[in-house]
Amino acid sequence: MDVVVQLQRQLTDHTASLFHEGFLNEQFNQLQQLQDESNPDFVVEVVSLFFEDSERLLNELAKALEQQAVDYKKVDAHVHQLKGSSSSIGAQRVQAVCIPFRNFCEEQNIEGCLKCLQQVKHEYSLVKNKLETLFKLEQQLIAAGGSFPTL
Amino acid sequence: MATAGEVFRRSLTETVGQVCDDSSSSSELHVLAVDDSLVDRKVIERLLKISSCKVTAVESGTRALQYLGLDGERASVGFNGLKVNLIMTDYSMPGMTGYELLKKIKESSVLREIPVVVMSSENILTRIDRCLEEGAEEFLLKPVKLDDVKRLKDFIMKGDGKDGGETRILKRKRLDDYASLSSPSPSVACDASSPLMPSSSPSARSSKRAKLRNKD
Repeated sequence: MDVVVQLQRQLTDHTASLFHEGFLNEQFNQLQQLQDESNPDFVVEVVSLFFEDSERLLNELAKALEQQAVDYKKVDAHVHQLKGSSSSIGAQRVQAVCIPFRNFCEEQNIEGCLKCLQQVKHEYSLVKNKLETLFKLEQQLIAAGGSFPTL
Repeated sequence: MATAGEVFRRSLTETVGQVCDDSSSSSELHVLAVDDSLVDRKVIERLLKISSCKVTAVESGTRALQYLGLDGERASVGFNGLKVNLIMTDYSMPGMTGYELLKKIKESSVLREIPVVVMSSENILTRIDRCLEEGAEEFLLKPVKLDDVKRLKDFIMKGDGKDGGETRILKRKRLDDYASLSSPSPSVACDASSPLMPSSSPSARSSKRAKLRNKD
């Protein structure tokens, strides 16, 4: 069962690095606790919803900030939503960028907002890649006959 | 003809009775969850289901009121005749906020007995105060945890009002802890339309706010 052991180690290492580097926080663990045999895909499902939601919000943000007369209330509402959903899945770094982003909205600072948009897009794509890798490893592990512990 | 309140209390007693006698009881708590975030609805639904509650999740206050029959003829009986035992609502929602929903529920003679819990990602004391004063059982900070749901369920199953006073005091204590951890957002305006209650006279509230600022 060499392959299984190898995959398990890869999965453990990858998950650990996600936490160490601050991409994920305790909330992600909470989600994993909610997964069981009756709901084996819960985490993947929630995270997929987060991906869809975030992509929609990032598009809306880009559009809103391109306007001649920026509606900062609208921008703030979108950032608030993004902050909420990233917090709900434990995507810590995405959540963190939303804080200065909202402050810039309040100040109606277009440059600050644009900078934060870039940052949040960057953090989002990083965490998305890492989570997709995580899920892929889990799938491979299951396919190889192993299982992964839910914390 | 029994009032909705009496019916609710009776059914709650039945529920508690059955839970005490039979651990595999089918009378589960039915929770109506209100949140405009798809992600949060999915999470709260799972939190509640794993805590053996029936869940109906809706995306807005308007939908919630429709479900509760407030704008129709049915009285606190939802789809399929499932009585709602608890309402959990997000605070910040477009259209009707969680606070506005709370108010409408507490103003309704038919629905006011249903415990309402408000959830928010923002730790703003004036907001928390306002909700508790309007009759919310609890104010939960998001993201909501399994422990929060377990505690809520225990509280509801005990039967509301039994140790309501004491619980309120405990909640207040925890809120003071929250206040010492972080300061409220200065951009939040005080709700000028909040009902005047003896415990929230303008001078009392402003002195509370002053205390908070001193803690910064």
